[in-house]
Amino acid sequence: MSTTTPEIRPAEWREQTASLGMWVFLATEVMFFGGIFMGYLYLRAHYSAEVAQASRHTHEWLGTINTAILLTSSFSMALAVRFSQLAKRETVQRLLWVTAALGSAFLAVKFAEYTMEWHEGLVPGLHFTIQENARVTALFFFLYFLATGVHAVHLTIGVLAVLWMSWRLRRPPFPDWRADEIDVLGLYWHFVDAIWIFLYPLFYLVSLSS
Amino acid sequence: MKWTLAAASDVAARVDGLFFTMLAITGLVAIAIFVLMIVFCLRYRRSAKVDRSNAPANWLPLELGWTLTPLAIFLVIFAWSAYVYGGFYRPDPGAMPVWVVGKQWMWKIEHANGHREIDELHLPLGQRVKLVIATEDVIHSFYLPEMRLKQDAVPGRYTTLVFTPTKTGTFDLRCSEYCGTDHARMGGHVIVQTPEQFQRWLAGTPAEPTMAARGFDTFRRLGCSGCHDPRSSVHAPDLDGLFGRVVHLQDGRTIVADEAYIRDSILLPKKDVVAGFVPVMPSFQGQATEGDILDIIAYIKSTSSPPSGERGDGLKATREILP
Amino acid sequence: MSAIAATGRPSFLEEGFSLSSWLFTRDHKRIAILYAITITAFFFVGGAAAAMMRLNLMNPQGTLVTADTYNKLFTVHGVVMVWFFLIPSIPATLGNFLIPLMIGAREVAFPRLNILSWYIYLLGGVFVIYTLIAGGVDTGWTFYTPFSTLFSNTHVVEAVMGVFIVGFSSILTGLNFIVTVHRMRAPGMTWFRMPLFVWANYATAIIMVLATPVLAMTLVLLSLERILHVGIFDPALGGDPLLFQHLFWFYSHPAVYIMVLPAMGVVSEIITCFARKRIFGYRFMCYAILGIAGFGFLVWGHHMFVSGQSMYAGMVFSMLSFMVAVPSAIKVFNWTATLYKGSIVFTAPMLYALGFVGLFTIGGMTGLYLAAVALDVHLTDTYFVIAHFHYIMVGGSVMAYLGGIHYWWPKITGRMYNEAWGRMAAIVIFVGFNLTFFPQYILGYLGMPRRYHEYPPEFQVLNLFSSAGAAVLAVGYLLPLVYLGWSLFKGPRAGPNPWDARGLEWKTSSPPPKDNFTAVPAVDPVPYAYNPEVPPA
Repeated sequence: MSTTTPEIRPAEWREQTASLGMWVFLATEVMFFGGIFMGYLYLRAHYSAEVAQASRHTHEWLGTINTAILLTSSFSMALAVRFSQLAKRETVQRLLWVTAALGSAFLAVKFAEYTMEWHEGLVPGLHFTIQENARVTALFFFLYFLATGVHAVHLTIGVLAVLWMSWRLRRPPFPDWRADEIDVLGLYWHFVDAIWIFLYPLFYLVSLSS
Repeated sequence: MKWTLAAASDVAARVDGLFFTMLAITGLVAIAIFVLMIVFCLRYRRSAKVDRSNAPANWLPLELGWTLTPLAIFLVIFAWSAYVYGGFYRPDPGAMPVWVVGKQWMWKIEHANGHREIDELHLPLGQRVKLVIATEDVIHSFYLPEMRLKQDAVPGRYTTLVFTPTKTGTFDLRCSEYCGTDHARMGGHVIVQTPEQFQRWLAGTPAEPTMAARGFDTFRRLGCSGCHDPRSSVHAPDLDGLFGRVVHLQDGRTIVADEAYIRDSILLPKKDVVAGFVPVMPSFQGQATEGDILDIIAYIKSTSSPPSGERGDGLKATREILP
Repeated sequence: MSAIAATGRPSFLEEGFSLSSWLFTRDHKRIAILYAITITAFFFVGGAAAAMMRLNLMNPQGTLVTADTYNKLFTVHGVVMVWFFLIPSIPATLGNFLIPLMIGAREVAFPRLNILSWYIYLLGGVFVIYTLIAGGVDTGWTFYTPFSTLFSNTHVVEAVMGVFIVGFSSILTGLNFIVTVHRMRAPGMTWFRMPLFVWANYATAIIMVLATPVLAMTLVLLSLERILHVGIFDPALGGDPLLFQHLFWFYSHPAVYIMVLPAMGVVSEIITCFARKRIFGYRFMCYAILGIAGFGFLVWGHHMFVSGQSMYAGMVFSMLSFMVAVPSAIKVFNWTATLYKGSIVFTAPMLYALGFVGLFTIGGMTGLYLAAVALDVHLTDTYFVIAHFHYIMVGGSVMAYLGGIHYWWPKITGRMYNEAWGRMAAIVIFVGFNLTFFPQYILGYLGMPRRYHEYPPEFQVLNLFSSAGAAVLAVGYLLPLVYLGWSLFKGPRAGPNPWDARGLEWKTSSPPPKDNFTAVPAVDPVPYAYNPEVPPA
């Protein structure tokens, strides 16, 4: 790693510094979600059959659609990063709009899903009416809402950041440091996607394997 | 003012041996370090005219030495401590069971013959005892300083403490896990008597049914016998002689039926379903109190025919539950 | 406070005198001072709670306050001292001030995140103050379930939210330090030329960043369980109270290394300066710092030896706990060896640093007793543990913090404090500390449990000694407020390097200008290039 100080300000220093900052932040996020994963591991290890049964209440098709949406948004984000390296401002702006739109679509689907789950009485502590396998189902859905809810908060922040970045690109110029910022934003976006890649099988696909 | 602590259990002397040896070692090392520091501070104070040439900034042999030597000493102490600690967990065939239930802010104790006491535990000298510890509410800790032993009482499970009292007398019992307002008042005494005195005390109780007898009544009152009876139309595992047996479960695991298994079967019947049985047993959470469960366990234990006097942890499977 | 003579530029203290120039600053030095003021305030809140506790414990019936009040006092003492004083103390004050200076940088990597971290700290503090005013919380700083989730009738969620929020302040500070140390060192400042203070804060930052989020999630789980009555810690619902303990201690054990590593960094700086000698075994010291940080993540189960975890887990955690003591021992030996053939003066900072070495030795060794699992069964949850961690955190970290404040006081404020008062306070604190906490080792071995508002009468004599010591300690802690405060107005002005110390922070004016240096400073090829045969300039 270069030890050139910011006084000299090569673009490379700036980009690497911002990038390091984001990686360290993502490490904290991994540890943050880790707590939920530990809770999930405990539940699954002690009540594997009941967890599988509880998982049948999730809406796999909505979860799968959401997975496709989020993965596609990561693709558009990766393209945005690539085109920002080529300083193609308008293309980047459009790709960021697409990314934000896909992220919002994910959130809309999630909202619809939560509404369905409310009507089905699957919200522990607030509106829970399941009788069969009630205890483990309540714990499972407690972790489900916590995990996907915290994920949705992170995704919302990401969507807002992408929209803001896109708005700032509405006029030229397209300086170097903008590309650094988009790169770092891309890291965050991919992280949010990666968390979902873990949540999806753990919550949606359990029932299908048992 | 108390300055010494009696050693009243079989492990207490070993614990003290380790403690005072460590005190000697750490005391010597600490004093050596302090003496060196003081000597250096005096000898090399700024106003002193001494030889300061070639002041070293490192010396690998010394540094390796004072890395590896403490490491070696620590490993020895660890091994000794682990050995003493392992001794706390020796299997306890023939250990006299006593049931302890903690609740805010008292200890409820019950002997196998049904004799109950609150905040006091009578024990016979020289008899190995196995305390099975539960709690009705929050985490407590059953602490016997003179025995050098403590064990947390954790909701949702049983914990055990096994030891042999080696001195007669009255010793302290204190709760040592913060449990709310009167945590500091949750204590009492352990009264260790000669075996004769203890038998007299144990027998000299108002005629109360034994735990096993109470358990049998509870077993019927709660409806357990409705299914767990050979004549029942419902296909449920036979519980006669269950305690200590190997049980094959539905998911392929094999366990030994101990206190925890019986408790879980009553409260979380879907947790460990026996192979070949349908999981139709309802949970008795909220109907069976902690006391009820302990009584039922005592009853089930009493249905074992113990050829070698073994209880739970001596694992000879005399019969296995088959579908 | 003009530093114009030294650098031709105004000092950072003179760049703006308005309130908003302080509250909206991005200068790491001003942020350090903001933190210093607020953590001092919280120190006295936590200290007041301790004073009440020790007063109550003067008689065995403990009738000064009710049981419930006592339980709230020890909870607030723990919560405030751990999260609002000790964890931020050295990193957010001395670390923030000195790290850029020590590596020859103008600023930290993310100045706006830095000031944001202070506001987050304040927000967390608001929640805790609210909790106090609304009636307190009585779960202990460890918030064990199910007492905290199902049984306590106090303001648990508010207190927990305060801790949750202040954790993010920690995370941002740590993130800033890591990136700053990696990316902003002056040319020639290689890793093994960095001062040990920077190494120590760097390792601390890694722990902050990796461990604190786990606490955050654990507190979220606890709060939701308390509010919604569903969760994974309640056995009646199928959960496990031990899961809480594992998650809690996975953070809280590394947290104690957050509290002690920076202190070790301070001590290294002070001893080397006032013995006028290179620190002995610099490389081993660096590796020891990293070793403590690494091993610190592996030992959390030693808080749970009697909790119901398996015997085998107990043995594994016991062995790992012995391992983590090795690097700490190395450091004590190195500090002692640094004194050999040195040229030693006993300034106030040096008294604090030497006191640290002695008290940390005792505290660390008693940690070995607790690591020995067979002994821990008897000693855990007694006053022995309380004595152990206070020897490290108070006899250790607080002494080091005070030593650092004195050592760098001229650099930060441009004034010298009164040395006689400084020495006197250090000695009063040392004596008061030992009188307070040494009897507690004995009390613990004799079986007095912790968190007791009343106790068996046979323990009264030792408790009286301890309470008397606390009174002396209180006086000791109040003294620096007086003479340090006085020095701000009447103390003699300090030059750039009043101690003739080594290190880049001493190559600029006292106080430094806003951008720290007028030109990129030249790095010494060898750290701590002291020569004990040459008297100070």
